Amino acid sequence: MSRKLNYREAMREAMHEALVADPRVFLMGEDVGRYGGTYAFSKGFLDEFGPERIRDTPLSELGFVGAGIGAALGGMRPIVEVMTVNFSLLALDQIVNTAAAYRHMSGGQFSVPLVIRMTTGAGRQLAAQHSHSLEGWYAHIPGIKVLAPATIEDARGMLAPALADPDPVVIFEHAGLFNMEGELPDDWTVDIRSAKVRRVGRDVAIITHGGSLPKAMQAAEQLAAAGIEAEVVDLRVLRPLDTATIAASVAKCHRAVVVDEGWRTGSLAAEVMARIMENVFYELDAPVARVCSEEVPIPYARHLEAAALPQPEKIVAAVKEMLG
Amino acid sequence: MIDHRAPPPPAGPVPWDKKFALRLLADMVRIRRMEEKSAEMYGAGMIRGFLHLYIGEEATGVGALHALQPEDNIVATYREHGHALVRGMDMGVIMAEMYGKREGCAHGRGGSMHLFDRATRLFGGNAIVGGGLPLAVGLGLAAKMQNEKRITACFFGDGAVAEGAFHESLNLAALWKLPVLFCCENNLYGMGTALERSESQTDLCVKAASYNMPALKVDGMDIVAVHEITKQAAQRVRAGEGPLFVEYQTYRFRAHSMFDAELYRQKAEVEEWKTRGPIHTFSARLKAEGKLTEEEFLAIDARANAEVDAAVAFAEAGTWEPVEDLLRDVHAS
Ligand SMILES: Cc1ncc(C[n+]2csc(CCOP(=O)(O)OP(=O)(O)O)c2C)c(N)n1
Ligand SMILES: [Mg+2]
Repeated sequence: MSRKLNYREAMREAMHEALVADPRVFLMGEDVGRYGGTYAFSKGFLDEFGPERIRDTPLSELGFVGAGIGAALGGMRPIVEVMTVNFSLLALDQIVNTAAAYRHMSGGQFSVPLVIRMTTGAGRQLAAQHSHSLEGWYAHIPGIKVLAPATIEDARGMLAPALADPDPVVIFEHAGLFNMEGELPDDWTVDIRSAKVRRVGRDVAIITHGGSLPKAMQAAEQLAAAGIEAEVVDLRVLRPLDTATIAASVAKCHRAVVVDEGWRTGSLAAEVMARIMENVFYELDAPVARVCSEEVPIPYARHLEAAALPQPEKIVAAVKEMLG
Repeated sequence: MIDHRAPPPPAGPVPWDKKFALRLLADMVRIRRMEEKSAEMYGAGMIRGFLHLYIGEEATGVGALHALQPEDNIVATYREHGHALVRGMDMGVIMAEMYGKREGCAHGRGGSMHLFDRATRLFGGNAIVGGGLPLAVGLGLAAKMQNEKRITACFFGDGAVAEGAFHESLNLAALWKLPVLFCCENNLYGMGTALERSESQTDLCVKAASYNMPALKVDGMDIVAVHEITKQAAQRVRAGEGPLFVEYQTYRFRAHSMFDAELYRQKAEVEEWKTRGPIHTFSARLKAEGKLTEEEFLAIDARANAEVDAAVAFAEAGTWEPVEDLLRDVHAS
C-alpha cells in the first residue's frame, strides 16, 4: 500500500518525525514558527512543539547559522532553515569557514552534526536576487555533504540520515518541486550516498538533479516517442558525487548529457563531465554535452526567464544533436 | 506593541501652503491607486513574482522624499514602487516593468522588486534585506570624496536592523562622517515576525545612537511630521554633520507580499492602524483647515485613476524584449 503526498507534506512529515524522535532536534530560521514556515513546511509546529524548539529568528542569517553550528557542537541536533539559497550568501562565512572546516582544523576532535535546509532555484519570476541555483558552489566545499532531494521519497527520507550524520549536511529543496505529488511506497528506504537511475534507457544518459529532474524525465518521454531511450540519472547527493553510478550509466549508453540549473561556467555539470572523462572516456561515442542556465542573472520577464533556464525542449535538442 | 512611540507632532495648522499640501496628498493617492491596480493585475496574472505593496505606508515615503533634492541619491528596498513614483519615475514605466515589458525601467529584467532610475538617482530596488545599506555608505563616501553636496537617503525596514549589514553600515557612516540619511520604515513586522520577537532592543533609535549618530523617531502615518523631521534631518546631513537616522513608525495594511495567511497579527490591530490611514487623516485635517474641499479631493483621485489607467494601457501596449537579446546587459560589451 503506497500513499499519495506532495513534496511539501513529505518534508513536513520528515521534520515532524525528527522532532518527535529526538529531543535534541530543533528547527530554527526566519518565519518557521508564527508565520507557519515561508513555504508552510512547518505549519502547526509551533503549537505542537513550542517556541523553544520551533525557533523564529531575526533576519540574521550569519548569526543564526553560526548559532546552529554552536548548538550542534554543544550537543543539540539543529535543523537550520535558511529561507532561500540567495540569503545563505549572508551566512556563507559560517558555513564554509567554520562548519565545513571544524572537524579538520580541530584534528578530528570536534564534529558539527548540523542540518541546513534551503530553497533553491528559479522558475517563479522572482528575478536576479531570488533565483539562484548555487548548490554547485556548496558542492565545491570539502567537509559538508550536499543533498538535492527531487522526489517524494527523497523529500520524505533524506532528513533522517542527514540528522544522523556526524558532519554538516546542506539540503537543497527546489521551489519548483514543492507542489509535486507522488506515491510513497510503504517500504521506502533512502540513503545519502548514492545516485539513482530514475528511468532506465540505453541510448543516452541524462544526468541531472533537483528541479531539473522532472524536466529530464519529460525530455526522456519526448525522446521515447521519437524512438530514443534515455536513461535518467538523479545525482541526489551532490557531494560526495557517486561517480560509480554515473560511470555505469555512461558505460551502458555511450552518450551523456548533463543537465544543471547552475550557470555553465564552473558548474557542477562541468565536474560531472570531468568525471566522465576521467573514468569512462573510452566508452563514449560522442562528446559529452550539457544543458545549463544561460550566463545571465535570471531575468524577471517570463519568456526571458524561461529562455535562461534548462527546459525539456533544450534537453531533447541536445540529445538529438548528439545522435546526429 | 512597542512602547517607544514618537512624540506627538507640534500642534497647530499644517505649516504648508495649499499647493504643496495638495501635491503631497496627490502623491499618496497616486501611490495608493497604482498599487491597488497592481494588486488587481497580479490577480489577473499580468504581474508575477513577488509584489510587495506599500499601502498604508504612503506618508512615510511621500513626506520624506519631498524633503530631498533632485541631486540626492535614493536607495530603496523591494517595497519601492511608491518611492520610484514620487521620485519622478513615470507610472507607465513602473507598470511596464512590473508587466515584464521592454518599456519598463529595466526592460522587464528586474520586475517589481528592482526599480532603478538613473535620471532620478534611484539606485534600486534591492530584494536582499539590508543589502542597500552598505551601498548607501559607498554612495555617501563618493559624494564626500568628490565634495558633492548631495546626500544619500537609504530606505529599509525594521527587519533589516537585525542584519549585520545594518550595524556595519551605520558604524562606517558615522566613523567617516558620511552624508547618509538612514530612513528606517518601521512597520512593526519583518514578514511574519513582529519587532519584539526579533529585537532585544525594540527602540531602534537606541541602536542607531549607539553608533554615535543622531537618531530621531517620528509618527510615520503623519505626513506633516514626516516631512518636517526629514527636512531638518536632511539639512543637518547636508551641512556635513555626518549621518543621521530617522525611524518612521508606520504600518503595512496588506499582506507582506501578495498573499500570506497573516497568522502573526490580529485583525483588530490592522483595523486600528487603518483608522490612522495617512490619506484620510491628512485629507480630513486639510479640510478642517479649509485647505481642501471634497471636490478637490475627488479631482485628485480622478487624476490618479486616469494616470493609473494610462499606465496600464502603456504597459499592456508594451512589447516583449526578443529572446535573442537574453544575454544583453551582463557585461559592458
Ligand atoms: C537577506 C534576506 N533574508 C530574507 C529575505 C526574505 N524576506 C524578504 S522581505 C522580509 C521581511 C523584511 O522586513 P522589513 O525589513 O521589516 O521590511 P518590510 O517588508 O516590513 O517592509 C524577508 C524576511 C530577504 N529578502 N533577504
Ligand atoms: Mg517591516
